[in-house]
Amino acid sequence: MGAIYVDQTRNRALINDDACVECGTCYRGMSTEHLNPVMVRAVRKAAKFLRFRFEPEPDVCPTGAFEMNELEMPRLIRQIFSDPVVEHKSTGIKGRGTEEVKTNDVSLRVNSGEVGYTIEFGRPGVGVRFSDIQEMTRVLAKEGITFEKNNPITHLMIDTRTGDLRTDIINEKILSAIVEIKTTIKEVERVLEIVEQVGERIDTVTAVGISTRCEDGEDKVLAPLLDKLGYYYSRAKTNMGLGRITNQIVLKHAEAVAP
Amino acid sequence: MTNTLHRYGHAESFKDDYIIFAIPSKGKNDEDCIPKLKQFLRICAKYNPSNMGNGNRGSLAPEKGLHPTAHWKRDATPDWEKVIDGVNKPGTVSAVFASEEQAHACLKEVIAADFGISVNMSTSVENAKRAAETCGIKRHSVEYALAFNDPHDHLPNSQVLGLSTMCGHGMVSFNMARKMLDMVREGRRTTEQAVTTLMRLCPCGVYNPERAKRLLEAACKEQR
Repeated sequence: MGAIYVDQTRNRALINDDACVECGTCYRGMSTEHLNPVMVRAVRKAAKFLRFRFEPEPDVCPTGAFEMNELEMPRLIRQIFSDPVVEHKSTGIKGRGTEEVKTNDVSLRVNSGEVGYTIEFGRPGVGVRFSDIQEMTRVLAKEGITFEKNNPITHLMIDTRTGDLRTDIINEKILSAIVEIKTTIKEVERVLEIVEQVGERIDTVTAVGISTRCEDGEDKVLAPLLDKLGYYYSRAKTNMGLGRITNQIVLKHAEAVAP
Repeated sequence: MTNTLHRYGHAESFKDDYIIFAIPSKGKNDEDCIPKLKQFLRICAKYNPSNMGNGNRGSLAPEKGLHPTAHWKRDATPDWEKVIDGVNKPGTVSAVFASEEQAHACLKEVIAADFGISVNMSTSVENAKRAAETCGIKRHSVEYALAFNDPHDHLPNSQVLGLSTMCGHGMVSFNMARKMLDMVREGRRTTEQAVTTLMRLCPCGVYNPERAKRLLEAACKEQR
Protein backbone atom coordinates (compact mmCIF):
# COMPACT_ATOMS: atom_id res chain seq x y z
CA MET A 1 0.00 0.00 0.00
CA GLY A 2 2.96 2.31 0.57
CA ALA A 3 1.24 3.66 3.69
CA ILE A 4 4.46 3.94 5.71
CA TYR A 5 6.77 6.79 4.80
CA VAL A 6 9.51 8.91 6.36
CA ASP A 7 8.32 12.44 7.07
CA GLN A 8 11.12 14.69 5.82
CA THR A 9 10.48 17.50 8.29
CA ARG A 10 10.13 15.37 11.43
CA ASN A 11 12.63 12.73 10.25
CA ARG A 12 10.37 10.00 11.59
CA ALA A 13 8.52 7.15 9.91
CA LEU A 14 4.77 7.78 9.87
CA ILE A 15 1.70 5.88 8.70
CA ASN A 16 -0.74 7.46 6.28
CA ASP A 17 -3.99 6.37 7.92
CA ASP A 18 -6.03 6.94 4.78
CA ALA A 19 -3.81 4.66 2.69
CA CYS A 20 -3.37 2.02 5.42
CA VAL A 21 -5.70 -0.96 5.02
CA GLU A 22 -4.97 -2.43 8.50
CA CYS A 23 -3.58 -5.67 7.04
CA GLY A 24 -1.30 -6.04 10.06
CA THR A 25 1.76 -7.06 8.02
CA CYS A 26 3.94 -4.35 9.59
CA TYR A 27 3.02 -5.59 13.07
CA ARG A 28 2.49 -9.32 12.70
CA GLY A 29 4.69 -10.02 9.67
CA MET A 30 7.80 -8.21 10.82
CA SER A 31 10.31 -9.79 13.14
CA THR A 32 11.46 -7.48 15.90
CA GLU A 33 14.43 -6.53 17.99
CA HIS A 34 13.95 -4.23 20.94
CA LEU A 35 16.89 -1.89 20.53
CA ASN A 36 17.04 1.62 21.93
CA PRO A 37 15.46 3.96 19.33
CA VAL A 38 17.95 6.74 20.10
CA MET A 39 20.85 4.41 19.38
CA VAL A 40 19.24 3.14 16.17
CA ARG A 41 18.66 6.68 14.91
CA ALA A 42 22.24 7.65 15.79
CA VAL A 43 23.64 4.69 13.82
CA ARG A 44 21.43 5.55 10.86
CA LYS A 45 22.44 9.21 11.02
CA ALA A 46 26.14 8.35 11.15
CA ALA A 47 25.80 5.93 8.23
CA LYS A 48 23.90 8.54 6.22
CA PHE A 49 26.52 11.22 6.96
CA LEU A 50 29.37 8.96 5.88
CA ARG A 51 27.38 7.81 2.84
CA PHE A 52 27.42 4.23 4.07
CA ARG A 53 24.57 2.01 3.02
CA PHE A 54 22.62 1.08 6.15
CA GLU A 55 21.49 -2.41 5.36
CA PRO A 56 19.50 -4.17 8.06
CA GLU A 57 17.23 -7.15 7.44
CA PRO A 58 14.23 -5.74 5.54
CA ASP A 59 11.75 -7.74 7.63
CA VAL A 60 13.11 -6.77 11.05
CA CYS A 61 11.89 -3.73 12.97
CA PRO A 62 14.90 -2.86 15.17
CA THR A 63 12.88 -1.09 17.86
CA GLY A 64 9.62 -3.07 17.81
CA ALA A 65 7.89 0.22 17.16
CA PHE A 66 4.66 -1.06 15.64
CA GLU A 67 1.45 -1.45 17.59
CA MET A 68 -2.00 -2.33 16.32
CA ASN A 69 -4.70 0.25 16.96
CA GLU A 70 -7.90 -0.69 18.76
CA LEU A 71 -10.30 -0.50 15.84
CA GLU A 72 -13.99 0.27 15.80
CA MET A 73 -16.48 0.30 12.96
CA PRO A 74 -16.34 1.56 10.29
CA ARG A 75 -12.52 1.39 10.29
CA LEU A 76 -12.61 -2.16 11.65
CA ILE A 77 -13.93 -3.28 8.27
CA ARG A 78 -10.47 -2.54 6.83
CA GLN A 79 -8.89 -5.15 9.06
CA ILE A 80 -11.60 -7.74 8.41
CA PHE A 81 -11.03 -7.54 4.67
CA SER A 82 -7.27 -7.07 4.73
CA ASP A 83 -5.80 -9.21 7.49
CA PRO A 84 -5.96 -12.90 6.52
CA VAL A 85 -5.62 -14.16 10.08
CA VAL A 86 -8.69 -12.28 11.31
CA GLU A 87 -11.82 -14.36 11.01
CA HIS A 88 -14.90 -12.94 9.34
CA LYS A 89 -17.80 -13.89 11.61
CA SER A 90 -20.32 -14.16 8.78
CA THR A 91 -18.42 -16.90 6.96
CA GLY A 92 -16.32 -18.43 9.71
CA ILE A 93 -13.38 -18.10 7.34
CA LYS A 94 -10.36 -15.97 8.04
CA GLY A 95 -9.94 -12.88 5.90
CA ARG A 96 -12.08 -11.82 2.99
CA GLY A 97 -12.49 -15.25 1.49
CA THR A 98 -15.24 -17.78 1.13
CA GLU A 99 -15.37 -21.51 0.47
CA GLU A 100 -16.12 -20.96 -3.26
CA VAL A 101 -15.77 -24.26 -5.13
CA LYS A 102 -13.09 -25.46 -2.75
CA THR A 103 -15.80 -27.38 -0.92
CA ASN A 104 -18.09 -27.85 -3.92
CA ASP A 105 -17.93 -31.62 -3.58
CA VAL A 106 -19.74 -31.18 -0.26
CA SER A 107 -21.79 -28.02 -0.74
CA LEU A 108 -22.63 -28.18 -4.47
CA ARG A 109 -22.51 -24.40 -4.51
CA VAL A 110 -21.89 -24.56 -8.27
CA ASN A 111 -23.79 -27.48 -9.79
CA SER A 112 -23.92 -28.96 -13.28
CA GLY A 113 -24.73 -26.38 -15.93
CA GLU A 114 -23.87 -23.52 -13.60
CA VAL A 115 -20.88 -21.21 -13.60
CA GLY A 116 -19.50 -19.57 -10.47
CA TYR A 117 -17.48 -16.35 -10.48
CA THR A 118 -15.20 -14.81 -7.89
CA ILE A 119 -14.64 -11.20 -8.88
CA GLU A 120 -11.85 -9.94 -6.69
CA PHE A 121 -11.12 -6.24 -6.39
CA GLY A 122 -7.85 -4.63 -5.34
CA ARG A 123 -5.84 -7.72 -5.87
CA PRO A 124 -2.95 -8.07 -6.29
CA GLY A 125 -1.51 -5.47 -3.93
CA VAL A 126 -3.39 -2.37 -5.05
CA GLY A 127 -6.34 -2.10 -2.66
CA VAL A 128 -9.86 -0.88 -3.27
CA ARG A 129 -12.57 1.28 -1.70
CA PHE A 130 -16.06 -0.08 -1.13
CA SER A 131 -17.42 2.67 -3.36
CA ASP A 132 -15.60 1.04 -6.29
CA ILE A 133 -16.97 -2.38 -5.40
CA GLN A 134 -20.44 -0.87 -5.30
CA GLU A 135 -20.01 0.35 -8.89
CA MET A 136 -19.76 -3.28 -9.91
CA THR A 137 -22.43 -4.74 -7.62
CA ARG A 138 -24.95 -2.15 -8.80
CA VAL A 139 -24.37 -3.00 -12.46
CA LEU A 140 -24.52 -6.73 -11.77
CA ALA A 141 -27.73 -6.32 -9.77
CA LYS A 142 -29.27 -4.30 -12.61
CA GLU A 143 -28.53 -7.23 -14.93
CA GLY A 144 -30.59 -9.42 -12.62
CA ILE A 145 -27.64 -11.40 -11.35
CA THR A 146 -27.95 -12.87 -7.88
CA PHE A 147 -25.16 -12.75 -5.32
CA GLU A 148 -23.89 -15.71 -3.34
CA LYS A 149 -25.52 -15.53 0.08
CA ASN A 150 -22.62 -16.88 2.10
CA ASN A 151 -20.15 -14.17 1.10
CA PRO A 152 -18.81 -11.26 3.16
CA ILE A 153 -19.64 -8.61 0.54
CA THR A 154 -23.21 -9.86 0.17
CA HIS A 155 -23.56 -9.51 3.94
CA LEU A 156 -22.62 -5.84 3.62
CA MET A 157 -25.37 -5.11 1.07
CA ILE A 158 -28.36 -3.18 2.28
CA ASP A 159 -30.33 -4.39 -0.74
CA THR A 160 -29.20 -7.31 -2.88
CA ARG A 161 -31.67 -6.28 -5.59
CA THR A 162 -29.83 -2.99 -6.15
CA GLY A 163 -26.32 -4.03 -5.08
CA ASP A 164 -26.11 -1.08 -2.66
CA LEU A 165 -23.57 -1.43 0.13
CA ARG A 166 -23.77 -0.02 3.65
CA THR A 167 -23.19 3.73 3.58
CA ASP A 168 -21.02 3.82 6.73
CA ILE A 169 -18.27 1.77 5.09
CA ILE A 170 -18.45 3.10 1.55
CA ASN A 171 -15.25 5.19 1.73
CA GLU A 172 -13.17 2.63 3.60
CA LYS A 173 -10.16 1.22 1.79
CA ILE A 174 -9.31 -2.48 2.01
CA LEU A 175 -6.67 -4.76 0.53
CA SER A 176 -9.18 -6.79 -1.46
CA ALA A 177 -12.68 -8.23 -1.50
CA ILE A 178 -14.49 -10.87 -3.47
CA VAL A 179 -17.93 -10.57 -5.03
CA GLU A 180 -19.36 -14.00 -5.74
CA ILE A 181 -22.08 -14.68 -8.27
CA LYS A 182 -23.47 -17.59 -10.19
CA THR A 183 -25.05 -17.79 -13.65
CA THR A 184 -25.79 -20.28 -16.38
CA ILE A 185 -23.21 -20.97 -19.07
CA LYS A 186 -25.14 -18.74 -21.50
CA GLU A 187 -24.41 -15.64 -19.44
CA VAL A 188 -20.63 -16.06 -19.18
CA GLU A 189 -19.76 -13.79 -22.09
CA ARG A 190 -22.02 -10.99 -20.85
CA VAL A 191 -20.77 -11.17 -17.26
CA LEU A 192 -17.10 -11.08 -18.28
CA GLU A 193 -17.86 -8.13 -20.56
CA ILE A 194 -19.49 -6.27 -17.66
CA VAL A 195 -16.51 -6.91 -15.40
CA GLU A 196 -14.17 -5.47 -18.02
CA GLN A 197 -16.35 -2.46 -18.71
CA VAL A 198 -16.86 -1.55 -15.06
CA GLY A 199 -13.16 -2.20 -14.42
CA GLU A 200 -12.37 0.73 -16.73
CA ARG A 201 -14.36 3.06 -14.47
CA ILE A 202 -12.90 2.07 -11.11
CA ASP A 203 -9.42 2.95 -9.95
CA THR A 204 -8.14 -0.50 -9.04
CA VAL A 205 -7.37 -3.95 -10.47
CA THR A 206 -9.67 -6.94 -10.69
CA ALA A 207 -8.95 -10.66 -10.81
CA VAL A 208 -11.65 -13.06 -11.91
CA GLY A 209 -11.91 -16.72 -11.00
CA ILE A 210 -14.47 -18.70 -12.97
CA SER A 211 -15.58 -22.14 -11.98
CA THR A 212 -17.72 -25.05 -12.92
CA ARG A 213 -18.48 -28.60 -11.92
CA CYS A 214 -16.77 -31.29 -13.96
CA GLU A 215 -18.72 -34.12 -15.57
CA ASP A 216 -17.00 -37.46 -15.15
CA GLY A 217 -13.80 -35.63 -14.24
CA GLU A 218 -13.79 -33.40 -17.32
CA ASP A 219 -14.84 -29.83 -17.98
CA LYS A 220 -16.27 -29.99 -21.48
CA VAL A 221 -18.28 -26.78 -21.29
CA LEU A 222 -16.55 -23.84 -19.60
CA ALA A 223 -12.96 -24.28 -20.81
CA PRO A 224 -13.98 -24.58 -24.48
CA LEU A 225 -16.14 -21.47 -24.09
CA LEU A 226 -13.29 -19.48 -22.53
CA ASP A 227 -11.05 -20.62 -25.39
CA LYS A 228 -13.65 -19.49 -27.91
CA LEU A 229 -14.02 -16.11 -26.23
CA GLY A 230 -10.25 -15.63 -26.17
CA TYR A 231 -9.68 -15.60 -22.41
CA TYR A 232 -6.28 -16.75 -21.21
CA TYR A 233 -6.15 -19.09 -18.22
CA SER A 234 -3.18 -21.20 -17.24
CA ARG A 235 -3.78 -21.80 -13.56
CA ALA A 236 -6.66 -23.36 -11.71
CA LYS A 237 -7.75 -24.55 -8.35
CA THR A 238 -9.05 -28.06 -8.73
CA ASN A 239 -11.39 -29.75 -6.28
CA MET A 240 -10.42 -33.42 -6.28
CA GLY A 241 -13.81 -34.65 -5.08
CA LEU A 242 -12.72 -36.29 -1.83
CA GLY A 243 -15.13 -34.46 0.49
CA ARG A 244 -18.45 -35.66 1.87
CA ILE A 245 -20.95 -34.67 4.56
CA THR A 246 -19.91 -36.12 7.89
CA ASN A 247 -21.58 -33.83 10.46
CA GLN A 248 -24.14 -35.99 12.26
CA ILE A 249 -26.96 -33.44 12.35
CA VAL A 250 -26.73 -32.77 8.60
CA LEU A 251 -26.58 -36.49 7.84
CA LYS A 252 -29.68 -37.18 9.96
CA HIS A 253 -31.53 -34.35 8.23
CA ALA A 254 -30.55 -35.73 4.80
CA GLU A 255 -31.80 -39.19 5.79
CA ALA A 256 -35.05 -37.74 7.11
CA VAL A 257 -35.89 -35.93 3.85
CA ALA A 258 -34.74 -38.76 1.58
CA PRO A 259 -37.63 -40.40 -0.35
CA MET B 1 -9.48 -17.41 0.29
CA THR B 2 -8.41 -17.48 -3.30
CA ASN B 3 -4.92 -17.09 -1.92
CA THR B 4 -3.33 -19.64 -4.24
CA LEU B 5 -5.33 -19.11 -7.42
CA HIS B 6 -4.06 -15.87 -8.88
CA ARG B 7 -0.33 -16.53 -9.08
CA TYR B 8 1.25 -14.67 -11.93
CA GLY B 9 2.87 -16.75 -14.66
CA HIS B 10 2.38 -18.94 -17.69
CA ALA B 11 1.52 -22.62 -17.31
CA GLU B 12 5.19 -23.61 -17.74
CA SER B 13 6.15 -21.43 -14.77
CA PHE B 14 4.10 -23.66 -12.46
CA LYS B 15 6.23 -26.72 -13.21
CA ASP B 16 7.58 -26.56 -9.65
CA ASP B 17 4.45 -25.26 -7.96
CA TYR B 18 1.92 -27.74 -6.60
CA ILE B 19 -0.21 -26.72 -3.64
CA ILE B 20 -2.40 -29.33 -2.00
CA PHE B 21 -4.82 -28.09 0.61
CA ALA B 22 -7.63 -29.48 2.72
CA ILE B 23 -10.63 -27.42 3.78
CA PRO B 24 -13.66 -28.44 5.84
CA SER B 25 -17.08 -27.08 4.90
CA LYS B 26 -18.77 -25.08 7.64
CA GLY B 27 -21.76 -26.99 9.02
CA LYS B 28 -21.24 -29.99 6.75
CA ASN B 29 -18.02 -31.75 7.69
CA ASP B 30 -16.31 -29.49 10.20
CA GLU B 31 -17.21 -31.55 13.28
CA ASP B 32 -14.15 -33.23 14.76
CA CYS B 33 -12.09 -32.21 11.75
CA ILE B 34 -9.03 -30.95 13.62
CA PRO B 35 -7.38 -34.39 14.06
CA LYS B 36 -8.01 -35.02 10.36
CA LEU B 37 -6.42 -31.71 9.36
CA LYS B 38 -3.40 -32.49 11.51
CA GLN B 39 -3.11 -35.94 9.99
CA PHE B 40 -3.37 -34.41 6.52
CA LEU B 41 -0.39 -32.18 7.33
CA ARG B 42 1.55 -35.13 8.79
CA ILE B 43 1.10 -36.99 5.51
CA CYS B 44 2.24 -33.92 3.57
CA ALA B 45 5.31 -33.52 5.80
CA LYS B 46 6.47 -37.02 4.78
CA TYR B 47 6.84 -36.01 1.13
CA ASN B 48 9.42 -33.26 1.49
CA PRO B 49 7.21 -30.18 1.04
CA SER B 50 8.75 -26.80 0.31
CA ASN B 51 6.38 -25.08 2.72
CA MET B 52 3.35 -25.85 4.84
CA GLY B 53 0.77 -23.70 6.57
CA ASN B 54 -2.30 -23.75 8.79
CA GLY B 55 -3.79 -20.35 7.98
CA ASN B 56 -2.05 -18.70 10.92
CA ARG B 57 1.56 -19.53 10.33
CA GLY B 58 3.82 -21.09 7.74
CA SER B 59 6.88 -23.23 8.27
CA LEU B 60 8.95 -20.06 8.74
CA ALA B 61 7.38 -17.38 10.87
CA PRO B 62 8.38 -13.91 12.09
CA GLU B 63 10.40 -13.93 15.30
CA LYS B 64 9.85 -11.49 18.12
CA GLY B 65 12.66 -10.27 20.37
CA LEU B 66 15.61 -11.03 18.09
CA HIS B 67 19.16 -10.32 19.21
CA PRO B 68 21.11 -8.05 16.80
CA THR B 69 23.42 -10.97 15.91
CA ALA B 70 20.39 -12.51 14.15
CA HIS B 71 21.28 -10.31 11.17
CA TRP B 72 24.16 -12.69 10.43
CA LYS B 73 22.76 -16.02 11.59
CA ARG B 74 19.01 -16.30 11.42
CA ASP B 75 17.52 -19.73 11.61
CA ALA B 76 15.84 -20.65 8.34
CA THR B 77 14.85 -24.21 9.12
CA PRO B 78 11.21 -24.99 8.31
CA ASP B 79 9.29 -26.12 11.37
CA TRP B 80 6.59 -28.58 10.31
CA GLU B 81 5.65 -29.51 13.88
CA LYS B 82 4.74 -25.94 14.82
CA VAL B 83 2.46 -25.79 11.79
CA ILE B 84 0.77 -29.08 12.74
CA ASP B 85 0.48 -28.20 16.44
CA GLY B 86 -0.98 -24.81 15.51
CA VAL B 87 -4.12 -26.30 13.96
CA ASN B 88 -6.68 -25.55 16.64
CA LYS B 89 -9.88 -24.80 14.75
CA PRO B 90 -11.46 -25.72 11.42
CA GLY B 91 -9.78 -23.97 8.48
CA THR B 92 -7.57 -24.42 5.48
CA VAL B 93 -4.32 -26.33 5.85
CA SER B 94 -1.90 -26.58 2.96
CA ALA B 95 1.39 -27.91 1.68
CA VAL B 96 3.52 -26.74 -1.24
CA PHE B 97 5.55 -29.15 -3.36
CA ALA B 98 8.20 -28.33 -5.90
CA SER B 99 8.10 -31.66 -7.72
CA GLU B 100 5.31 -33.47 -9.49
CA GLU B 101 6.40 -36.84 -8.12
CA GLN B 102 6.20 -35.67 -4.51
CA ALA B 103 2.83 -34.03 -5.08
CA HIS B 104 1.41 -37.18 -6.70
CA ALA B 105 2.78 -39.44 -3.97
CA CYS B 106 1.32 -37.20 -1.29
CA LEU B 107 -2.06 -36.99 -3.00
CA LYS B 108 -2.21 -40.79 -3.29
CA GLU B 109 -1.73 -41.20 0.45
CA VAL B 110 -4.27 -38.46 1.20
CA ILE B 111 -6.81 -40.28 -1.00
CA ALA B 112 -6.11 -43.54 0.83
CA ALA B 113 -6.55 -41.83 4.21
CA ASP B 114 -10.14 -40.94 3.20
CA PHE B 115 -10.66 -37.99 5.55
CA GLY B 116 -13.96 -36.97 3.93
CA ILE B 117 -12.72 -33.37 3.78
CA SER B 118 -12.44 -31.45 0.51
CA VAL B 119 -8.96 -31.58 -0.99
CA ASN B 120 -7.88 -29.21 -3.75
CA MET B 121 -4.81 -28.83 -5.87
CA SER B 122 -3.72 -25.39 -7.03
CA THR B 123 -1.31 -25.42 -9.96
CA SER B 124 -1.58 -25.22 -13.74
CA VAL B 125 -4.75 -26.70 -15.25
CA GLU B 126 -2.78 -29.48 -16.92
CA ASN B 127 -0.74 -30.32 -13.80
CA ALA B 128 -3.90 -30.85 -11.75
CA LYS B 129 -5.53 -32.88 -14.48
CA ARG B 130 -2.49 -35.12 -14.70
CA ALA B 131 -2.41 -35.50 -10.92
CA ALA B 132 -6.03 -36.67 -10.86
CA GLU B 133 -5.40 -39.15 -13.66
CA THR B 134 -2.23 -40.50 -12.05
CA CYS B 135 -3.97 -40.94 -8.70
CA GLY B 136 -7.04 -42.56 -10.26
CA ILE B 137 -9.62 -39.95 -9.23
CA LYS B 138 -12.01 -37.73 -11.12
CA ARG B 139 -11.89 -33.97 -10.70
CA HIS B 140 -15.08 -32.65 -9.13
CA SER B 141 -14.86 -28.92 -9.88
CA VAL B 142 -12.38 -26.50 -11.31
CA GLU B 143 -11.88 -22.76 -10.89
CA TYR B 144 -9.80 -21.05 -13.56
CA ALA B 145 -7.82 -17.89 -12.89
CA LEU B 146 -8.32 -15.35 -15.66
CA ALA B 147 -5.65 -12.73 -16.32
CA PHE B 148 -5.54 -9.60 -14.14
CA ASN B 149 -7.65 -6.74 -15.40
CA ASP B 150 -5.51 -3.61 -14.91
CA PRO B 151 -6.79 -0.81 -17.17
CA HIS B 152 -5.12 1.90 -15.06
CA ASP B 153 -1.61 0.39 -15.03
CA HIS B 154 -1.32 -0.10 -11.29
CA LEU B 155 0.66 -3.33 -11.49
CA PRO B 156 4.45 -3.61 -11.47
CA ASN B 157 6.58 -5.62 -13.92
CA SER B 158 6.20 -9.36 -14.37
CA GLN B 159 9.24 -10.22 -12.21
CA VAL B 160 7.88 -8.37 -9.18
CA LEU B 161 4.40 -9.74 -9.83
CA GLY B 162 5.69 -13.31 -9.99
CA LEU B 163 7.34 -13.00 -6.58
CA SER B 164 4.62 -10.99 -4.90
CA THR B 165 1.55 -12.98 -5.98
CA MET B 166 2.82 -16.17 -4.37
CA CYS B 167 1.26 -14.77 -1.24
CA GLY B 168 -2.24 -14.37 -2.60
CA HIS B 169 -3.35 -12.43 0.45
CA GLY B 170 -0.94 -9.66 -0.54
CA MET B 171 1.27 -9.90 2.55
CA VAL B 172 4.35 -9.84 0.29
CA SER B 173 4.04 -6.33 -1.04
CA PHE B 174 5.31 -5.19 -4.43
CA ASN B 175 7.83 -2.96 -2.63
CA MET B 176 9.20 -5.83 -0.56
CA ALA B 177 9.46 -8.14 -3.59
CA ARG B 178 11.20 -5.37 -5.57
CA LYS B 179 13.58 -4.68 -2.69
CA MET B 180 14.61 -8.33 -2.37
CA LEU B 181 15.01 -8.60 -6.12
CA ASP B 182 17.33 -5.58 -6.10
CA MET B 183 19.31 -6.91 -3.15
CA VAL B 184 19.94 -10.20 -4.92
CA ARG B 185 20.71 -8.47 -8.20
CA GLU B 186 23.28 -6.27 -6.48
CA GLY B 187 24.83 -9.17 -4.58
CA ARG B 188 23.75 -7.86 -1.17
CA ARG B 189 21.74 -11.00 -0.36
CA THR B 190 21.81 -14.56 -1.66
CA THR B 191 18.68 -15.92 -3.31
CA GLU B 192 18.17 -18.20 -0.29
CA GLN B 193 18.30 -15.27 2.14
CA ALA B 194 15.91 -13.24 0.01
CA VAL B 195 13.47 -16.13 -0.28
CA THR B 196 13.35 -16.79 3.46
CA THR B 197 12.62 -13.10 4.06
CA LEU B 198 9.69 -13.22 1.63
CA MET B 199 8.46 -16.55 2.98
CA ARG B 200 8.24 -15.32 6.58
CA LEU B 201 5.74 -12.65 5.59
CA CYS B 202 3.17 -15.16 4.28
CA PRO B 203 1.13 -16.39 7.27
CA CYS B 204 -0.71 -19.10 5.32
CA GLY B 205 2.47 -20.97 4.42
CA VAL B 206 1.68 -21.18 0.71
CA TYR B 207 4.68 -19.15 -0.47
CA ASN B 208 6.78 -21.41 -2.69
CA PRO B 209 10.49 -20.90 -1.91
CA GLU B 210 11.71 -23.13 -4.75
CA ARG B 211 9.77 -21.25 -7.38
CA ALA B 212 10.79 -17.93 -5.80
CA LYS B 213 14.46 -18.93 -6.03
CA ARG B 214 14.06 -19.81 -9.68
CA LEU B 215 12.26 -16.55 -10.44
CA LEU B 216 14.91 -14.51 -8.60
CA GLU B 217 17.76 -16.23 -10.42
CA ALA B 218 16.06 -15.67 -13.77
CA ALA B 219 15.38 -12.02 -12.89
CA CYS B 220 19.04 -11.44 -12.04
CA LYS B 221 20.05 -12.44 -15.55
CA GLU B 222 17.50 -10.26 -17.27
CA GLN B 223 16.14 -6.97 -15.95
CA ARG B 224 12.72 -5.93 -17.17
